[in-house]
Amino acid sequence: MKFVDEFRAPELITKAGEEIRRLADRNRHYRIMEVCGGHTHAIYRFGLKDLLPDNVELIHGPGCPVCVLPMGRIDDGLSLAAQPDFIFAAFGDMMRVPGTHGSPLEYKARGMDVRIVYSPADALKLARNHPEKHVIFFAIGFETTAPSTALTLVRAKAEGLSNFSVFCNHVTIIPAIRAILDSPDMRLDGFVGPGHVSTVIGCRPYDWIAKDAGKPVVVSGFEPLDILQSIVMLLRQLRNGETKVENQYKRVVPWEGNSAALRAMAETFELRPYFEWRGLGFISQSALKIRSSYAQWDSEQRFSVPGIRVTDPKAAQCGEVLKGVLKPAQCKLFGRECTPEQPVGALMVSSEGSCAAYYNYEHSKTVRIAGAASN
Amino acid sequence: MCLAIPGKIVELDSQHSQMALVDVVGVRRKVDLGLLQDQAPVLGDWVLIHVGFAMSKISEADAIDQMRMLTMLGEAQAAMEEVRGYGLGDEEREQRTSGQPGQRFIQ
Repeated sequence: MKFVDEFRAPELITKAGEEIRRLADRNRHYRIMEVCGGHTHAIYRFGLKDLLPDNVELIHGPGCPVCVLPMGRIDDGLSLAAQPDFIFAAFGDMMRVPGTHGSPLEYKARGMDVRIVYSPADALKLARNHPEKHVIFFAIGFETTAPSTALTLVRAKAEGLSNFSVFCNHVTIIPAIRAILDSPDMRLDGFVGPGHVSTVIGCRPYDWIAKDAGKPVVVSGFEPLDILQSIVMLLRQLRNGETKVENQYKRVVPWEGNSAALRAMAETFELRPYFEWRGLGFISQSALKIRSSYAQWDSEQRFSVPGIRVTDPKAAQCGEVLKGVLKPAQCKLFGRECTPEQPVGALMVSSEGSCAAYYNYEHSKTVRIAGAASN
Repeated sequence: MCLAIPGKIVELDSQHSQMALVDVVGVRRKVDLGLLQDQAPVLGDWVLIHVGFAMSKISEADAIDQMRMLTMLGEAQAAMEEVRGYGLGDEEREQRTSGQPGQRFIQ
């Protein structure tokens, strides 16, 4: 509660909290999944759980791209870039993610040419500036980021830039939601839908969740009030026995999505038959690969990729946490072997990962309280 | 990953119609407008930027709210680091301008 005064429109926040209590049936336990890692971060950061009654539980979904990437893909990307005269370019989020033999940052310390870029366009620029080297852009992200990679591929082809390729790990959110709904140990009442992914794909792709799976979906913004209002909208639907897709984030998300972004993706990508997700296993048609018309700019079609598969460390329970079956602190390694400084699993690396979010906001609070009590 | 950074279009590139100079709290960088070709932004428009590409047009009020939210989320610094990082040694250097909306939210 302590953050409420700092929020914009604190009186509306308080009202939304009251409305949630009014709408939630006391004899029922609600499990609502926020799909996007950005929402998970915001929920912990703002202490929103403190505003919810005990019977409204938030389950953290798979929408953190770094977290769902299996270690084998990192190993594959790094092994390609280990060749002489290669540059490995990736977003900063990737740099501390552990591969079998270390993170990209550790490879850099051992002499590999590893560069942080803030845009795929800058990886292209690196290639232009270093014609003697081959630049591999290690692409990750859901539909928020995939269109930018797509346009970068279009630009590379138009320029005929031959020393640039993309190691594509882009994934799509809908099949992951389907896998979670199909999972027998998962019972959910509704979804807080991702905000920025929806700016690209729009709201229609969630229709089946409402119509076929019978669960309400509310696409949400990231402010505390946005998230609370979305929970109000979900509870209202559940109370009225409705299941539909609603858009709480209309100021940014058009119902139809972004047609230019979707065209760029369709031009450059096609669906992989299947792709491995950390924690969720192989999910069919859940990831993007680069079309053969762009083969020259696809690291996987252009070079031979080892196809490394690595199982997660046995003691780490990233999969259960990712599926929302376990809370972060219930993992045996949490806060001991696995911390944001020394992450074992990727959920502890990204600020959008539920373990890192829990560690930074909840766990440190608990430790502080425990420490104060023992003094 | 999911950072969406608000910026104002302050210059359209006459040679590359897909590029524009965008001001984010006084830091100016070139961003790609290619994903907005169906709703071509004009000078003075506000956009949300993600990894160097404008993703959607927004109102000025929403842009200011978005910047405040990044500050509340503790991500304003990461956002500015991202914006400063665009273009790796491009000739455009940071040009601080005063009185730009949103500036008060970043120390």
